[in-house]
Amino acid sequence: MLRTTLPNFLQPALATDVVPVGLYDPDNDAEGQAALPAIATTGDLVHIEGVSKVFPAGRNSAAVAALDGIDLSAPRGSVTAIIGRSGAGKSTLIRLVNGLEKPSSGRVLVDGVDVAQLPEAGLRGIRRSIGMIFQHFNLLSSRTVFDNVALPLEIAGLQGRDIAARVTPLLDLVGLADKRDRYPAELSGGQKQRVGIARALATEPKLLLSDEATSALDPETTQSVLELLKRINRDLGLTILLITHEMEVVKRIADHVAVIDAGRIVERGSTFDIFSAPRHETTKALLSGVPGMQLPDYVTARLSQERTSGSETVLRIVFTGPHATDPVLSRLSGELGLDLNILGGAVDEIAGRPFGTLVVSFPADDERLAQVRGFLAERGLSTEVLGHVA
Amino acid sequence: MSPEIAWLIARATGQTLHMVAIAALIGSALGIPLGVFLATSGKGELFAAPLANRLLGAVVNATRSTPFIILVVAIIPFTRLVAGTSIGTNAAIVPLTIATIPFVARLVEAAIREVDPGLIETARAMGATPLQIVWKVLLAEARPGITLALTLTVVSLIGYSAMVGAVGGGGLGDLGIRYGYQRFMPDVMLAVVVVLIVLVQAVQSAGDRLARRFDKRIRPR
Repeated sequence: MLRTTLPNFLQPALATDVVPVGLYDPDNDAEGQAALPAIATTGDLVHIEGVSKVFPAGRNSAAVAALDGIDLSAPRGSVTAIIGRSGAGKSTLIRLVNGLEKPSSGRVLVDGVDVAQLPEAGLRGIRRSIGMIFQHFNLLSSRTVFDNVALPLEIAGLQGRDIAARVTPLLDLVGLADKRDRYPAELSGGQKQRVGIARALATEPKLLLSDEATSALDPETTQSVLELLKRINRDLGLTILLITHEMEVVKRIADHVAVIDAGRIVERGSTFDIFSAPRHETTKALLSGVPGMQLPDYVTARLSQERTSGSETVLRIVFTGPHATDPVLSRLSGELGLDLNILGGAVDEIAGRPFGTLVVSFPADDERLAQVRGFLAERGLSTEVLGHVA
Repeated sequence: MSPEIAWLIARATGQTLHMVAIAALIGSALGIPLGVFLATSGKGELFAAPLANRLLGAVVNATRSTPFIILVVAIIPFTRLVAGTSIGTNAAIVPLTIATIPFVARLVEAAIREVDPGLIETARAMGATPLQIVWKVLLAEARPGITLALTLTVVSLIGYSAMVGAVGGGGLGDLGIRYGYQRFMPDVMLAVVVVLIVLVQAVQSAGDRLARRFDKRIRPR
């Protein structure tokens, strides 16, 4: 269904051995005579190296280090998420990639070209090969849906018929063909973001930047927009780099995730690994909103790190991969004669793989605890002692 | 009302329209670009030129704060240079235009500053040049605001034009003062006021309607 509605000009992107049209070519850039020679291309479309960004002191403010020694890469064809709280620096970070912000130091390579070194004219060329979508959609209220999607093409100097030939299939792709002559004020939030996505794809970009694209949408609309993004990533092979503060977004579509806190990347890895074994406090805090990660209040209120007489040990068991559906619990209580008390849990899917967590408590001394953890480890389940409850 | 008086009123209306139209046209042609520049040349903005911004801003403020009647007489040498004379309708157009430019500029500046800065960033992310951003984003999005600004300009110009009788500019205001007031002809005064009211009403409602048509931000009923 998607294939048939796919715009023709996006088809080449489906074949891996074809160089997609519209890629930024520094040797053939009409505007950027000063473009630097390409640096060796790796498997990463975006490669950020040792990047720091300091906002100079203002009249009433001290200098702010928004980013501090960031290393990050986004492999070609992947969905890479940067997650962090507001103020962590993620907005600044994503804006480095298309040169809306300049780093104070470090390199920002996009397809081998150091964006940080390009002058404004050279940046304009590379920006046409990078699409961007925004939290508040940023559609022009004075333009119809069609004309909004046409805007980047007008900017690139295309003429009427060529513009229509690109815009029409894109409106089909995002399911808004019947809204082409509507104005943004007549659309719902989800529809506006679909226009934003179509607009971002208009110049046949190789990279899509997503700046909190679903943060202003309700959960249901968020789902459908994320599905659209995932479909674009999968079917067009478009590399997506997104920032978000919602773990739910990461869980749905990201292959890789980097956790940013106070301008530093504190943890990174595959989405599944980060979810199943978060290490940094910030990651754990961000994950606490995800079902199954948070303990009920009546447990946290009683949780202590000290074992007292008669207390029970609280253990989080993480089920991943093939064991996610095994009847491990009944064996645990049967074979070890354990009285298990279930405090919470959830079974979910992360990056397309089954994933479950279960929080249980049981009376145990050190020896008993080691026995239980050993039993679970043998079956490939990881465990974490959360504390003890009286 | 005698035919002579009716003819005087018709001629004065013609003069007023003539002065207002030309001053509004030239004033907008110069004032709109100036307004765009004022709105985009601040520190860190599209055409960042903070010094020029402050200088032009000061000139605009100076012109705006000079009472119009003083401006009219103060620039008489300049008027003579441009119009070849300092008396008459054509001469009156010069100070009217000079007063219109900063007026339009400040209103246009305000209308453009109303445009969501996110849209400028969006256009930059698309690889737009600063001029493309001005044309395709700022002026397009500010069109309803600019329409209202120009409407207000024309209405104000109709008022200002009443003062150029001081330099023999003619027009409705001049007629009202000379015939209605100095010659004690209340019917002329009344007619002048009625024509002015009709003119202002017509301009305002035409401007409002146009601005509404340009404004797509409101969901149509």
